[in-house]
Amino acid sequence: MKEKSVLEMRGICKSFPGVRALSDVDFTLCEGEIHALMGENGAGKSTLIKVLTGVYEKDEGEIFLKGMDKAAVIRSPQDAQALGISTVYQEITLCPNLSVAENMYIGRGERKGVSWKKMNEDAESILQKLDIPAKANRQLSNYSIAIQQMVAIARAVDMECKVLILDEPTSSLDEQEVEKLFGLMRDLKSKGVGIIFVTHFLDQVYEVCDKITVLRDGKLVGEYEIQDLPRVQLVSKMLGKELDDMSDIKNENVAYEGPGAGEKVFEAEGLQSNAGIKPFDFYIKKGEVNGFTGLLGSGRSECVRAIFGADRVIGGTVKKNGKTIKIKKPIDAMKQGIAYLPEDRKVDGIIGDLSVRENIILAAQVLKGFFRPFSKAEQYKFADEYIKLLEIKTASADTPIKSLSGGNQQKVILARWLLTHPEYLILDEPTRGIDVGTKIEIQKLVLKLASEGMSVTFISSETDEMLRTCSRLVVMRDRRVVGELNEGDLTQNKIMSTIAGGDNDGE
Amino acid sequence: MENKKTSVSAFFSGLVRKQIFIPLAALVILAVFNLIADPSFFKITLGYNSAGSPVLSGYLMTILDYGSELAILAIGMTLVTAASGGQDISVGATIAIAGSVILRVLCGTNSRPDELQAPIIVAFLAAVVVSMLFGAFNGVLVAYFKIQPMVATLILFTAGRSIAAWINNNELPIVSDVKFTYFGGFIPGIPIPTPFFIALACILIMALILKFTNLGLYTQSVGINESSSRLNGLNPEFIKFLSFVILGVCVAVAGLIKVSRLSSINYSVIAKDIEMDAILAVALGGNALGGGKFNMAASILGAYVIQFLTTTLYKFNVQSDALPAYKAVVVILLVVMSAPVVREKFASLGKKMKSSTKEVQ
Repeated sequence: MKEKSVLEMRGICKSFPGVRALSDVDFTLCEGEIHALMGENGAGKSTLIKVLTGVYEKDEGEIFLKGMDKAAVIRSPQDAQALGISTVYQEITLCPNLSVAENMYIGRGERKGVSWKKMNEDAESILQKLDIPAKANRQLSNYSIAIQQMVAIARAVDMECKVLILDEPTSSLDEQEVEKLFGLMRDLKSKGVGIIFVTHFLDQVYEVCDKITVLRDGKLVGEYEIQDLPRVQLVSKMLGKELDDMSDIKNENVAYEGPGAGEKVFEAEGLQSNAGIKPFDFYIKKGEVNGFTGLLGSGRSECVRAIFGADRVIGGTVKKNGKTIKIKKPIDAMKQGIAYLPEDRKVDGIIGDLSVRENIILAAQVLKGFFRPFSKAEQYKFADEYIKLLEIKTASADTPIKSLSGGNQQKVILARWLLTHPEYLILDEPTRGIDVGTKIEIQKLVLKLASEGMSVTFISSETDEMLRTCSRLVVMRDRRVVGELNEGDLTQNKIMSTIAGGDNDGE
Repeated sequence: MENKKTSVSAFFSGLVRKQIFIPLAALVILAVFNLIADPSFFKITLGYNSAGSPVLSGYLMTILDYGSELAILAIGMTLVTAASGGQDISVGATIAIAGSVILRVLCGTNSRPDELQAPIIVAFLAAVVVSMLFGAFNGVLVAYFKIQPMVATLILFTAGRSIAAWINNNELPIVSDVKFTYFGGFIPGIPIPTPFFIALACILIMALILKFTNLGLYTQSVGINESSSRLNGLNPEFIKFLSFVILGVCVAVAGLIKVSRLSSINYSVIAKDIEMDAILAVALGGNALGGGKFNMAASILGAYVIQFLTTTLYKFNVQSDALPAYKAVVVILLVVMSAPVVREKFASLGKKMKSSTKEVQ
């Protein structure tokens, strides 16, 4: 073991039925270092983390920790914790209805009973030391996700962790919250904690990290100092191929010019749902890609959910090709040719225990009818077709979707809706938590579909992604549509200023 | 030789991972146990009943006979479990209601008529309708009022037997027509108990439904992820409701068999605790009691295994009072064996053994 390293993983191998998730992967983490673990979906990042934290048992390889002469035995998350390896996951794994202090000390008692007073005092002092704006005795659910995440980190820190793993901690945070989190990370770094940072946001990697380890297809590509690896190279290492020009994909596709081009396909007037958005007007033309933009919680998702009938519609009219239609439930929308890829893949998208095949055919099957099931042969044909088309990485069409990586699950859901051959496709954050390569693929696909006459609404938290795909943006603020930007106005600055709401009110 | 060995072990490790392995293994264990303890358990004799028609008798026939009732219920219970993630504990009580309805229609107001007041098929259909209504009642509570299935069905569990008694003014009607006994007994000339054929018909119908409709896909979808299912155009409430109504039909069929056996009814004893056996059949079939994916064949096999167990215990003269305790011990074993954690261990054990034999070779 090297002198400064706190963790060394050597020759780690792990297989799942039909898939070799990790083969001979090395990973080294030094003291006081923030180390990014990068790779596409299915590259093996999560598997490596889970091996390290004892969720999976490795097939081969050894793990060394500082101060131990022998290889560490990690069979369960408890083992990992006892060895000073702590993890903070993307989804909060704390108990929202307990107090902050309780959350920090839960499961750590020495079975001697609890001194509530001491616990609260201890918690308070740690929170203060780390500059986390939370009160020890308040219920955790009072705080934002960002602060909850920090509490989770505080818990890890207090357990004297030597290795802190942050698995996509920033994907549900806004910019200020991310800054706070980074402050905390730098603080811990200066105290000598080794931090493994898993993220899909390249900007963030270059902002806080010292080193990058890249994985691809379960194999180690290499370990790099951050200054030695420019962004473009990082992306091409992750993809394993030279990057085609990312900024220019919009121009590759010609606009749709077939019958009905430029005509409004769907129109809504005064649409309102019970999810708490103000009534809004909306239209989409044939072959057009538009987008809803705004900060988290501005009502972007609620708008499209209202169009699809996912939330209860309580007012307004919807027209298709000029004729009034009624959409009360998702099935009504589906019958009108609308497809909706929801924001929350886990809760609203996948049917976890069902196979990839069943997940792909589900929506088309529901449209076809209860008494007319697809034959097995048809199902496999559809599944194989889309697995190939979207390059879904799965052991077989019969693999349960929950065992796929996040990006591949997303592709399955996308396949599900493409199979219904919709006229109007709504994509709500289709690229969240997805690697760069897949992101570009999805963006390209969207533009291609539009050039073939499909209308698409594309929602994303990343503005540059929206700029690359959309030709019109509906801007939202505080659950209200506040503006619309067309071709000429589509610049970062203009979007920002409209979201922030300054000049257009004539102040 | 080597090849053959690995293919055999591959076959077995594949089987271990299959859901149907659990009830199958339980069946084999029970059969082997009986074979060692007393091979006469498997003896089947051909005799004649009081009406002079040939009947097969023996422990296996008993299992076939009574296991069939359970299998019919297991069909409906599997669907309810998969869709709602809970169980219907009012099955026994609803069987009492269905049986009572059949007797009421057959006997009319006179509790001991010399001849039937209505054709048996009419009485049966009336029972089907009534059971479906009670199933719908449970279904509405669970699907639309979002009440926990066990709590929702607790209502009928408590009230069902009183309702059954009330239908016949608390009298005990007796059907004298011999044709009525065929359903729970033997059809003249056929030596195999009729319930087996009824179960076979039910299984066949369910198999056809699962093949030619999307009931299976929709039920599992709703059971696994309700919110997602809704966004795919399904109506989760209706699917759950439907599963309870289908269970209602199964209950009516089981009710017919039950009252046919006695040609009468005993409100407080008929089909007592049968819901527990039906739920157990689903569990033993390796189906998650929290809903989601299901395997109908495994549930049905599970039903017969439960009956196998009960009959084995009777065979060894376990007193009927003590029976549940013995059953519980076996059930604990079976359920622990079928728990995913344990199965995974088994599977990985098999894998290790396989690799170690390879090394030896």
